[in-house]
Amino acid sequence: MKKVFLGASVLALVAGTAAAQTQTPVRVMWYSDGVEGAVMADILSRFEAENPDINVILDNVAFQVIQEQLPVQLASGTGPDIARVTNLKAQADHWLDLRPYVADPAYWEANFGDRFDWMRPDGSDAIPGFMTQLTLVGGFANATLFEQAGIELPGPGASWDDWIEASRQVAEDQGLPAAFSIDRSGHRVAGPLAAYGETFIGDDGLPAPLSDDAMEFITRLVDWTGQGLMLPDTWVSAAGTTYRAAADDFTNALIPFYYSGSWQVANLSTKIGDAFDWVATGSPCGPVGCTGMAGGAGLVGIRYTQNPEAVARVMDYLASEEVVREFTERTLFLPAHAGIVAEGGLNFQSDDPNVPPALSRFVEASGETLPATDALPAWRWANSVYGALVTRISQAMAGELTLEQARALIDRDIADQVEAAR
Amino acid sequence: MENEIAQVKATAAPEGSDRRLRRLRDRLGPLLRQVVLLPLVLISRAIDPVMRLIQAKAGTGGMIAVFLIPNMAIFGIFVIIPIILNFVYSFTGGAEILLDQRAWVGGQQYERLTDCQNYLDPLSCREDLFWRAAHNTFFFVLFQVSLMVSVSMITALILNRNMAGRGFFRAVFFFPVLLSPVVVGLIWRWILQREGLLNLIVTNFGAERVVWLNDRFYAFAAAIGVSTWAHMGFFTLILLAGLQAIPKDLYEAAEMDATPPARVFWRITLPLLGPNLAVVLVLALIRGVQIFDEAYVLTGGGPGTATMFMTQYIYEVGFASLLRNPGLAAAASILMGAVLVVLTLMQLGLSRRAEKARER
Repeated sequence: MKKVFLGASVLALVAGTAAAQTQTPVRVMWYSDGVEGAVMADILSRFEAENPDINVILDNVAFQVIQEQLPVQLASGTGPDIARVTNLKAQADHWLDLRPYVADPAYWEANFGDRFDWMRPDGSDAIPGFMTQLTLVGGFANATLFEQAGIELPGPGASWDDWIEASRQVAEDQGLPAAFSIDRSGHRVAGPLAAYGETFIGDDGLPAPLSDDAMEFITRLVDWTGQGLMLPDTWVSAAGTTYRAAADDFTNALIPFYYSGSWQVANLSTKIGDAFDWVATGSPCGPVGCTGMAGGAGLVGIRYTQNPEAVARVMDYLASEEVVREFTERTLFLPAHAGIVAEGGLNFQSDDPNVPPALSRFVEASGETLPATDALPAWRWANSVYGALVTRISQAMAGELTLEQARALIDRDIADQVEAAR
Repeated sequence: MENEIAQVKATAAPEGSDRRLRRLRDRLGPLLRQVVLLPLVLISRAIDPVMRLIQAKAGTGGMIAVFLIPNMAIFGIFVIIPIILNFVYSFTGGAEILLDQRAWVGGQQYERLTDCQNYLDPLSCREDLFWRAAHNTFFFVLFQVSLMVSVSMITALILNRNMAGRGFFRAVFFFPVLLSPVVVGLIWRWILQREGLLNLIVTNFGAERVVWLNDRFYAFAAAIGVSTWAHMGFFTLILLAGLQAIPKDLYEAAEMDATPPARVFWRITLPLLGPNLAVVLVLALIRGVQIFDEAYVLTGGGPGTATMFMTQYIYEVGFASLLRNPGLAAAASILMGAVLVVLTLMQLGLSRRAEKARER
């Protein structure tokens, strides 16, 4: 009996080793804002069960790794086979053109084609990957705090001034440390700047100097911080381009109004639970419009992969309508799949009554974006602009720079980037 | 009588088992040792003929070099080559990461870093953030090193006295040195943040909440204090070793002469502790210039750029920033390296002088 057992074990071991050797490895570098890492792991385990010849290794990493380490790997011609990335355009040269490998390029074009320019070099017809989610920058209000203070939530068309004034009243009434906060990110303030009339892109396609319109919003932002209306913890208490979200301040009910984006819906739902009611507000308006910034994270194949066919099979599976629908419903993300958007009827998996109206509000707000913001995700210099904005506006908020000095330095930082890249 | 017999049996039994255990250990010990050492023995037997051959060819001096090769190879790959690469990088421009794709720009990065109308006013400099970081680092080193040396000295003097629980207190003061700087930064961030422990205590006493890390003065003071707290144990240990090396008879003689304690300190302790104090001072200076992890985690460089130090500037420009510029970061690190080389030479000089003084 012992011999039989031993023999069976050895056979199993040999068979397992042989199977592992014949499997094609596909390494995926993935970061998560909320629950999407667990959802993706689940989906990929089903893919592996259906495709035993492919071994998908999901590396869940911090967003910082995607921002700092992946570019170094790509520059040296290494890296994973697939990666989830937000900085899509600036690294477009490193993505694999999936067109020759995917089963049906027409399906990809029809359902994801609108955003290919966000992730491929200008003038290219490559299929680099697909957006795992669309995001839209927008606001959230603590409805319970507004109600307790007896202040009406500003309605559609309310301006930035209206929102800040209403939030100020709530903060004063409820004894809160500040009226609002915005994530420390250039991407977050780009929408409000466009709402005040900034266009960012010059006639030559290069960054245009910061306009007076943009300065009008920046002046307000710095003043609001000086008056204690904007929570200084997020922007002032860091240097450089460090990203900081103010989500914890909102979930801890320290601020009645929070300007972030649709990707926070799952996070807020999980952390707030039934502690208070919250609503998505869309973007407050400026003189030109009520726009937020569209964006999102894309899943792209990496050019340096040794197994492009296997990568394409994984991507085909993940981009299939059924999987995208499941991923969207479980992660509470806005879908980037044209077919699903057109068909509608998404059954978001959440018991939280705040979630469905919040997602509906973001879908509604996605129709209000301005051309100036729509152009940014596919623009090579967007990150240079975001970085300069964050660094110098923070310094102005901290009293290190006057607004005029900040303006000059933002323009100079961006010009330096353009010069360095030439 | 029965009780006594039982007692004898009870004491005899453990003694018997102890003896058996000892015998077992004596037998198994060498056997285990042989098993553990077997791979080493096999390896050394395998390389023995080769080493003999090398020794025959290279002589004893050559053998020293052979033994140094593995260490030097690691040092070369991970230290020397990166330093050379960094130096070359500092003469290149562009946003590309690989050296062969970068354009040679000569001393442009150094010119950019040192282009200033007034070095005391960062805003008059082409690279204002570099000079802000340089100013912050200078003041940080000035205050932190002074505080560090003073506190370490006082702590070492106290821990050198005959007091109850001396071993315990020595461990307590050394404990923060064992912590990761990131952990140190996080712990103090949780204490000092808006909803942190310190504000809980402050508000419980009816005082106003203070957002410590949003205030330029408090944030800078916190960076100094936390860094001192984290590294003080190490320097205390060096000074304690120095204190214990001072001959006791000198103190006994001073006591017989009824010398006041302050005079004993200035005339005996401090001069004899001089070499250790010099080492502590220079090491603290070097560490001060290199300040990064705990301060970065604690304050993120803020408020504004009030606590952005040189290493953070280099990290931001080279890696973290959306406005990445590896050449500029490399040039800044070379300049910082030059400062560290000067400090290291100072340390070597002082150590040598102390050694000579001891020999005399």
